[in-house]
Amino acid sequence: MIAEAGLAALWLAAGLALVQLALGWGAARSGSAELLAATRRVSVAQGVLAMLSFGVLILLFLQSDMSVQLVAQNSHSEKPWLYKFAGAWGNHEGSMLLWVTVLAMAGGGVALVERRIDGKTLAATLGAQAAIAIGFYAFILIASNPFLRLNPPAPEGMGLNPLLQDPGLAFHPPTLYFGYVGLSVAFSFAVGALLTREVGPAFARAMRPWVLIAWVFLTIGITAGSYWAYYELGWGGWWFWDPVENASLMPWLAATALLHSVTVLATRDGLRAWTLMLAVVAFSMSMIGTFLVRSGILVSVHAFAVDPTRGSFILALLGIYIGGALALFGARVSTVTQGSTFQLVSREGALVLNNLLLSVILGIVFIGTLYPLLAQAMGQQLSIGAPFFNKASVPVALVLVVATMAGPLLKWRRDRWGALGRQMALPGVVSVLAFAALAALSGSSDWVALIGLALAAGLAVASVLPLWKRNLRRTPLHIWGMVIAHVGIAVSIAGMASDAAFKQERLVALRTGEATTVGPFQVKLADVRPAIGPNYSAMQAHLDVTRSGGAPFVLFPGQHYFSSPVTTTSEAAIKTMADGQLYTVLGEGTGDGRWQVRLWWKPWITLIWFGGALIALGGLMAMIGRLRRERRPAAGAEDGE
Amino acid sequence: MKRGLLIWAPLLAFAVVFGFAARELWKPSDRTIASGMVGKPLPQMALKPLLLDRPGFTTAELATGKPRLLNVFASWCIPCIAEAPQLMKLKAAGVEIDAVAVRDKPEAVEAFLSRYGDPYARIGDDPRSAAQLALGSSGVPETFVIDGKGRIVKQHIGDIREEDVPEILAALAEAAR
Repeated sequence: MIAEAGLAALWLAAGLALVQLALGWGAARSGSAELLAATRRVSVAQGVLAMLSFGVLILLFLQSDMSVQLVAQNSHSEKPWLYKFAGAWGNHEGSMLLWVTVLAMAGGGVALVERRIDGKTLAATLGAQAAIAIGFYAFILIASNPFLRLNPPAPEGMGLNPLLQDPGLAFHPPTLYFGYVGLSVAFSFAVGALLTREVGPAFARAMRPWVLIAWVFLTIGITAGSYWAYYELGWGGWWFWDPVENASLMPWLAATALLHSVTVLATRDGLRAWTLMLAVVAFSMSMIGTFLVRSGILVSVHAFAVDPTRGSFILALLGIYIGGALALFGARVSTVTQGSTFQLVSREGALVLNNLLLSVILGIVFIGTLYPLLAQAMGQQLSIGAPFFNKASVPVALVLVVATMAGPLLKWRRDRWGALGRQMALPGVVSVLAFAALAALSGSSDWVALIGLALAAGLAVASVLPLWKRNLRRTPLHIWGMVIAHVGIAVSIAGMASDAAFKQERLVALRTGEATTVGPFQVKLADVRPAIGPNYSAMQAHLDVTRSGGAPFVLFPGQHYFSSPVTTTSEAAIKTMADGQLYTVLGEGTGDGRWQVRLWWKPWITLIWFGGALIALGGLMAMIGRLRRERRPAAGAEDGE
Repeated sequence: MKRGLLIWAPLLAFAVVFGFAARELWKPSDRTIASGMVGKPLPQMALKPLLLDRPGFTTAELATGKPRLLNVFASWCIPCIAEAPQLMKLKAAGVEIDAVAVRDKPEAVEAFLSRYGDPYARIGDDPRSAAQLALGSSGVPETFVIDGKGRIVKQHIGDIREEDVPEILAALAEAAR
């Protein structure tokens, strides 16, 4: 009965979405306050029903109800409860239900709290949000029903892919989905504003917290996903330019551009059309990402639902929503009056540069991800990997770092080159000195990475300059947020560049008792022995490590053999130190008593994820700061921060 | 006018992507992986003989002017059994067939050949799939048509069926010209 209740809730939610669309449409046309109030209530109810439905699915997984096909295919009664719980979204149907649930919750959230924009635009926004939801409800109910029964029930479940059995990963998809789908609010706001032609600072201020929170979730999701891939896959890399990684990066890039342009719109009433465009693009990228994962048209480790029927369905939805929004944009944007203008050397100018550079990177990632598809259509098989993405995007990213240094130091509307020069003197000198020192002392010949490190140093300095001569206690929270997020970017880039320039790798076959060195470490293979885990057996190596002049420690990299489903995973053992990580992987035995051991010394690599966390923290602070400021009744106009 | 065009550019770009995605999605899926070596000379290799009664497979010996087949097979491969009669037919038609035995053992190959027929003039031993990878072959069985100068002119993926034989003979005749 429980599964049927979940399905019923889902059908009801879908029905309410239809009602919401109709009411929203009516309210947007008539401007009737009663209709708008009804639309709000229906939005909230739809969100609650979707949550209920998803809650039921989680319950079914926790109870290991093997009469439900999805549970039988993706869970196992012997699994630790956390993975039963996470199993609810570790599969196609469940993740789509989570997707639509977040979508409905976001719509409900807008309906509950949004009081600032005019009623017609809000009604159109809620209508647009409902229109998106209807498509995804239809997709789930028609093509991916998670509540299908199995008759007779399975005696036991088939288990969850062991790679996914990791506490970090349990919360990776929901985090990303909150980000992806949170951007749907920006999309719906843009559609609503295009319909009513009400684009201005009030609209931007209403949209901004949603963009910020979605962006924070995306940042956390991408950062955590990167770390997960780093320690779980055992390949020693932290970013693989895999299509699905790119699918999460593209909305992030668009959202990063959006949250900067929306600030221009909120503060200076500029960049109206561009901001609308970005809002549409950001969520479009989220949907394209979903499509790439779900359709299997691009080969990827993430493509766990390779199914052309579902792919066609999602593609049709994409056509309707993205095509529709872009067509609406084309038809309506010329009637959106132009906002205020500005000089080239100004805060707005730097933010436009930031937007352009982010768009270029987005374009590079987009083309690189989809080009294999295009080539395939022309009868060529090829894949595009890290060399293309790195070569094409890193130089643009480095220019973007320079723009990030300058932006916060410029005045709104108009500034002077001379003033900019004075402001940039200190970060510039820091960068040049850092580069000279690195080039002379480090011995690395990876010039791009050294430039990256030098610019990161300059950016760190430039980022805190806006606090100079300010009363720190009276500095608004969103300024702190910007400073911290920008410092986070510097920190993260320093980690990436340091890994590129200074990492050391060693692949050896060792007998027990033999030793090797990597970087400053002496590593001895003391023993390899079998071990037993809760749902796997393993071969585990015992490595004795000494760092020159440091205390010895041990590491236990291993190979895990899972029985349900049958899979082998390599479990890296990582020692984190203040100045980097020693990363060890046990490979296969060579048959003559030797074991492949792979070692990396990665100085400062942890900065990548630490920086990511800082960026997310900065975004969170900016969001809270903005919300608090706008709560104050007197804060009608922005004070130009 | 210029701004007008720019406004529609995103929709146009999306339409192009949509078109390609739809085409890719709806065309029948082709899961074979064609070798990038077709049209190129065989990679240099000198494989040791797997059996005592015949030579191994060496690229240097191929420039005889006569086209031939190179069959990538293994005694542990079921489709290889299915294609054995067709290989015998090709041999009867006067085609010289060489083989690369992937991850195999002499005893197993001897048993395989005595049971399903022995079409091979040479059998090279490829214990670690190195030769197979160099050929751009992604599985067994695969058959390469080699022209008289040692160039790969055609790759047949999977077992050779009854109906594939004329096509392979035609490719050999084409290569002989």
